[in-house]
Amino acid sequence: MRMPEPDADVIAGRGALVAALRGVLAEEGVIWSDNELKAYECDGLTAYRQVPLAVALPEDTRQVSRVLEICSEHGAKVVPRGAGTSLSGGALPLADGVLLGLGKFNRILEIDYENRCAVVQPGVSNLSVSEAVADEGFYYAPDPSSQIVCTIGGNVAENSGGVHCLKYGVTTNNILGLEIVLMDGEVVRLGGKHLDPEGYDLMGVMAGSEGLLGVITEVTVRILKKPEVARAVLVGFPDIEDGGRFVADIIAAGIVPGGMEMMDKPAIHAVEEFCHAGYPMDAEALAIVELDGHVTEVDHLIARVEDIAHRCRASSVRTSHSEEERLAFWLGRKSAFGAVGRISPDYFCMDGTVPRRALPEVLRRMAQMSARFGLRVANVFHAGDGNLHPLILYDANVPGELEKAEEFGAEILKLCVEVGGVLTGEHGVGVEKRDLMGEMFTDADLEQQQRLKCAFDPGGSLNPGKVFPTIRRCAELGRMHVHRGQLPFPDIPRF
Amino acid sequence: MPETFRPRDADQVRETVAWAAAEERPLEIRGGGSKRGLGRPTDGHDVLEISGLGGVTYYEPTELVLAAAAGTPLAAVEAELARNRQRLAFEPVDYGPVTGGPAERSTVGGVVACNISGPRRIQAGAARDHCLGITAVSGRGEAFKSGGRVVKNVTGYDLSKLMAGSYGTLAVLTEVTFKVLPVPEETRTVLVHGLEETAGIAALGKAAASGLEPTALAHLPPSAASRSAVDRVSGASDSVTAIRIEGPAPSVEARSASLRKLFEPTGDTGELHGRDSDALWREIGGVKLLPMDDGVLWRLSVPPTTAAGVVREIARALPRVGAIRTMFDWAGGLIWLTVEGVEDAAHGVVLGAIASGGGHATLIRAPGEIRRRVPVFHPRDPGLAALNARVKRGFDPRGILNPGRLSADY
Ligand SMILES: Cc1cc2nc3c(=O)[nH]c(=O)nc-3n(C[C@H](O)[C@H](O)[C@H](O)COP(=O)(O)OP(=O)(O)OC[C@H]3O[C@@H](n4cnc5c(N)ncnc54)[C@H](O)[C@@H]3O)c2cc1C
Repeated sequence: MRMPEPDADVIAGRGALVAALRGVLAEEGVIWSDNELKAYECDGLTAYRQVPLAVALPEDTRQVSRVLEICSEHGAKVVPRGAGTSLSGGALPLADGVLLGLGKFNRILEIDYENRCAVVQPGVSNLSVSEAVADEGFYYAPDPSSQIVCTIGGNVAENSGGVHCLKYGVTTNNILGLEIVLMDGEVVRLGGKHLDPEGYDLMGVMAGSEGLLGVITEVTVRILKKPEVARAVLVGFPDIEDGGRFVADIIAAGIVPGGMEMMDKPAIHAVEEFCHAGYPMDAEALAIVELDGHVTEVDHLIARVEDIAHRCRASSVRTSHSEEERLAFWLGRKSAFGAVGRISPDYFCMDGTVPRRALPEVLRRMAQMSARFGLRVANVFHAGDGNLHPLILYDANVPGELEKAEEFGAEILKLCVEVGGVLTGEHGVGVEKRDLMGEMFTDADLEQQQRLKCAFDPGGSLNPGKVFPTIRRCAELGRMHVHRGQLPFPDIPRF
Repeated sequence: MPETFRPRDADQVRETVAWAAAEERPLEIRGGGSKRGLGRPTDGHDVLEISGLGGVTYYEPTELVLAAAAGTPLAAVEAELARNRQRLAFEPVDYGPVTGGPAERSTVGGVVACNISGPRRIQAGAARDHCLGITAVSGRGEAFKSGGRVVKNVTGYDLSKLMAGSYGTLAVLTEVTFKVLPVPEETRTVLVHGLEETAGIAALGKAAASGLEPTALAHLPPSAASRSAVDRVSGASDSVTAIRIEGPAPSVEARSASLRKLFEPTGDTGELHGRDSDALWREIGGVKLLPMDDGVLWRLSVPPTTAAGVVREIARALPRVGAIRTMFDWAGGLIWLTVEGVEDAAHGVVLGAIASGGGHATLIRAPGEIRRRVPVFHPRDPGLAALNARVKRGFDPRGILNPGRLSADY
């Protein structure tokens, strides 16, 4: 992966930079020994590694602001980091950059049940927000599988989803306010406890900004009352096409399940060997459909889902009758990544989204690619919203396999775009899909996005080398190319 | 003499804007013209009318996705969806009559550009949450797109969100793609009668936190309730607190019953079914329960628990008793307020009342000369204002798109 050429002067000036950072942060808030820096060399995309110039661990917004000012003065780049679980390399450090860790921002500042929201610091883990409000029967809806460790700040930066986002939306639909710090140290507040902030929807673009626009230092999230009951149906299919039809038929019937997940045969087998979830080993595809809400509604819809399953030639249909049973259904799905990790030394987790109707075709063509590349692929996916997670199995110790796996991944994502989908549904572009952006966007599309970045970070110092395949200077992007002259279109109706 | 351009496709929009940019001739962007009265006035410019770009361009009911050219009438899209028992779940409202403009002229581009959502916003999200993708022409005269036709997508910055609520000041939308949802089998509204404002809004909070998944929550003071065409709302000549439940029939029945049980100790309860329920929420969403003729109309978005206090404070600070009429939607978080006979739309009083609790105020309807003089949109902190201005320059460096509509500065 080609990263921007590090600035040798900045690297040479590390001593002065570290001294300046130590001037504003606590003793243990600056890390610069090679040994300790190693711990930060990669995020969840472990194929790419880079030791940062230094790590800064501020404790409050004022310190973040000072750190950014100091980095600006020293010409150092900045890479924000939450828990480092990004699967796209968003938090990959830069050789001439400071890694800004938000781990010390770990407090829940306020829980406001009456307005159904909570104000939290960005380093708080996703799950602990739900845990903090659980006693009152509330929870925070977006639930990425990494929720035990991943942070709310990282969730906002990646606009993360989870198995329940089909019904409850992704991060951007569940936040009300943000505090951000810009690269020049300026603190800006967006939104609050009210809906639909005035002015341009900058909170909307901060969600999914991958650490390129500003550092998130506070988040106000919506919290919801836990549904009265949740029940799941586990359905096996003899054919992946039947599974695809099942998903489409549920949607067509006007049912919006809390979650609707699917796995293919290789994933079912890996999971079953790993945690004995009781999944049907003869099925070509397995679906888990969860309905949640009021008891009457859930019972009513479960019956309809069972009916649709039978009509789609299901080979097995099991419905949970207790909370233990429901959790057992999910156990396998939730351990899928770990299970696959056990059957292969390394794997890439891809993340394209396709229109639901294209699911069977995409799965079929992926199987053909798998044969061609000689690499195994297992599929777990959020079927309800067409978000695929093909896991490409490879062994980094076999020369050439990593490159082959990367190429395979790129082909899958191009296929997603070809059938009307997109490169990434929830994991972000990062460095992983950066060079594929041209598959989806024209130069004009990407330039307009970069002009937005210029409004936030005119020097281009915040997390450069991610998301955009080519880095353009803001002065150049800002220039207008005007062609003066006659109104060139005599055929446009005018009055 | 200002001219009106009526391009027929996105390419002609691009040509027109490129020309206007080169000539530095500002353009007023107009869809159906229903919301011309909304925002700061921008007259005297050439008009770029988008209504020539019409028609649904993509609709796959089983994908729950619909795309349409920006000038497509909202009514046409809603009719097409209704044929498949689907809808735009954010419940777009025709702001034409609300802002003193013509009715039935809203276009889908205008709905997105002004981020207009109705009572269901509280549960289903706003227009911004349902806009999956856009194509547009920036003030540089360059066509670009963002988002896509799938519901889950984080590829690149979410410029669709940025367009929502930008009032046509960043780019001219040429196509919008929506996430759509099935129409539920049944709708009912539970009514609680006779609660004063604080108690009414507290009841809405209780319903929102009940786990019964209400899809709309409004409190109507007696004067608002009395204007309803639904007998059971106006007939009681008292306040009405309304809670909407939607879903499969057996579920709606059971949840309505649970709600009524919940509120039995609080006040008299009642229920509206089907058409009556729909009619009431159309009145609430369309702000039809406030006097429309005289006075100015404010829309305040606040933390729900502060709403009753905000209204009390405004009433107290105004010179004349009875000068305001109010109505609360979004579980109390949305205050609609008319003010009569007070200079400069009482903007100082209104902004002052929400200063401590947070939120923002928009002057939705007022004569042009007042909208020219007082802040129509909530004034921002200097840092945020500067950031907004830089974003604007990135899209429209010459300031030719709807100049002055959103801010006096650009
Ligand atoms: C096993 C596993 C399962 C996963 N499952 C899911 C899933 O179901 N759904 C899903 O969406 N994702 C999933 N992910 C991906 C990942 O967990 C999410 O993207 C998560 O939101 C990242 O959070 P983090 O705190 O680890 O952020 P990091 O990895 O530290 O950072 C991610 C990005 O956000 C930026 N960033 C972090 N904090 C801030 C901040 N405070 N301000 C500005 N920028 C910031 C970083 O610069 C980087 O670009 C999974 C990952 C793993 C390893």
